[in-house]
Amino acid sequence: MPKTTDIVRLHVNGDAHEVGVPTHYTLLETLRYVLALTGTKQGCDKGDCGACTVILDGNPTLACLMPVWEAEGRQVVTVEGLAGPEGSHPLQDEFDLNGAAQCGFCTPGILCSAAALLERTPDPSRRQIQEALSGNLCRCTGYAKIYDAVEAAADRLQSEEEEAK
Amino acid sequence: MLRLPPYQYHRPTSLDAAVALMAEHGDDAMYVAGGTDVVPNMKHRLFEPGHLIALKSIDELKGIEEVPSSNVKEGVLRISAAETLTAVASHPRVRDLFPALADAAAHVAGPQLRNSGTIGGNVCLDTRCTYYNQTHFWREALGFCLKKDGDVCHVTRTGKKCVAAHSADTPPVLITLGAEAVLVGPNGRRAMPVADFFVADGIVNTRRSRDEILTEIRIPLASAACRQAYVKLRQRKSIDFPLLTVAVAADVDGSGLVRSIQGVVTGLGSRPRTLTKWNDVAEGRALDGELIDELAKGAHKQCHPLENIIVDPEWRRAMVPVFVKRALEQVTQE
Repeated sequence: MPKTTDIVRLHVNGDAHEVGVPTHYTLLETLRYVLALTGTKQGCDKGDCGACTVILDGNPTLACLMPVWEAEGRQVVTVEGLAGPEGSHPLQDEFDLNGAAQCGFCTPGILCSAAALLERTPDPSRRQIQEALSGNLCRCTGYAKIYDAVEAAADRLQSEEEEAK
Repeated sequence: MLRLPPYQYHRPTSLDAAVALMAEHGDDAMYVAGGTDVVPNMKHRLFEPGHLIALKSIDELKGIEEVPSSNVKEGVLRISAAETLTAVASHPRVRDLFPALADAAAHVAGPQLRNSGTIGGNVCLDTRCTYYNQTHFWREALGFCLKKDGDVCHVTRTGKKCVAAHSADTPPVLITLGAEAVLVGPNGRRAMPVADFFVADGIVNTRRSRDEILTEIRIPLASAACRQAYVKLRQRKSIDFPLLTVAVAADVDGSGLVRSIQGVVTGLGSRPRTLTKWNDVAEGRALDGELIDELAKGAHKQCHPLENIIVDPEWRRAMVPVFVKRALEQVTQE
């Protein structure tokens, strides 16, 4: 009789988890229904919308298309993991201040795509921001305020870094 | 919410182990690399394998490097099949030698999908059709179709041949560059030109048998001398599959005269179409406006898209010369 459940070992937002899951679960289903990390959204569930974007070893990845086993041995960061001990991530603050979220469903995925961009490219051009977010659908905002917020967060992160020097 | 059917996931770390797993599970197993095509198709119950054999943990399927070749004098650029599309699009040697390939890889789907999806998976991508890439519920309501579970084609109505569209971005470019695909299976290793890899059957449009793994793409380094271009038509500038793509590679001599030229279009029928008679028309001529018009008109004559994608086929056909022209103009501007 083939196994229908098994133990998966995951690193999510710095925590190590060892949990039992149905063998056919995706990373998204495991995050939401096993680890109760419901910040990552289940949208189209077939790789179109980007709502389920998480950061896997530094790269934005769609959790809905990833068999959970493929995430073993890799670092997963979800929207819940963006805030640090000092408080929210500058991206989250700037999304708030710029009115970059309306219904908010796409926001966790967009924050993850944007956070991965700023890790790699601390001072992105508008064009680079557009490209980095081109896999995330937002039906409310028209994107302009989202791009503004990412630019503002990049500025803030850079000035924080300057001060730290 | 789209649930996956139950399956067992295997992660072999060598090609031999992968081939052995396939031999053990036979028709109940499928290979999967990035999963960006297989997983949504499984969610739609288009594939229901009991076993998925993952290829991403196999080191032999990683790496992009220049290597000598027994049949290509100048050597080849070897692109291993499990390299992600992001890696291919950003690799300095790919960008330098084969900019059209880097471009095509960078235009597949959206950024997150390119971080998972692989070049091997793109070459082996299943064909797509309005009546196929739908949930089981949707397909059942229509009485299914020729490609899966049914016996009628909703595109051609009367036809007994599946016309689902080849929808991958990189193969047209690979064909114009004279690339070769290497397959490994239970009977060993074989190689064939990417141009011969595809067949005009929408149900299974490649010569890869289901127990074979595409292990690498080999592009002759000599092809880097060609001027290359790749253009893509789609509804949105990201995420979407192509409605039409055109790849062009032209070998032009020092005085600007064409030695040889090749154009490949896809997104229309079940396999990429190499535009015929291009060399007859273009050889020895300058790649000027007149020649570009001639080649574009010829392309229009040769392409007859069907309504396998819900976009007016007449419009898609009208876009063929427009995009061939854009590709050729890009080539002349290099």
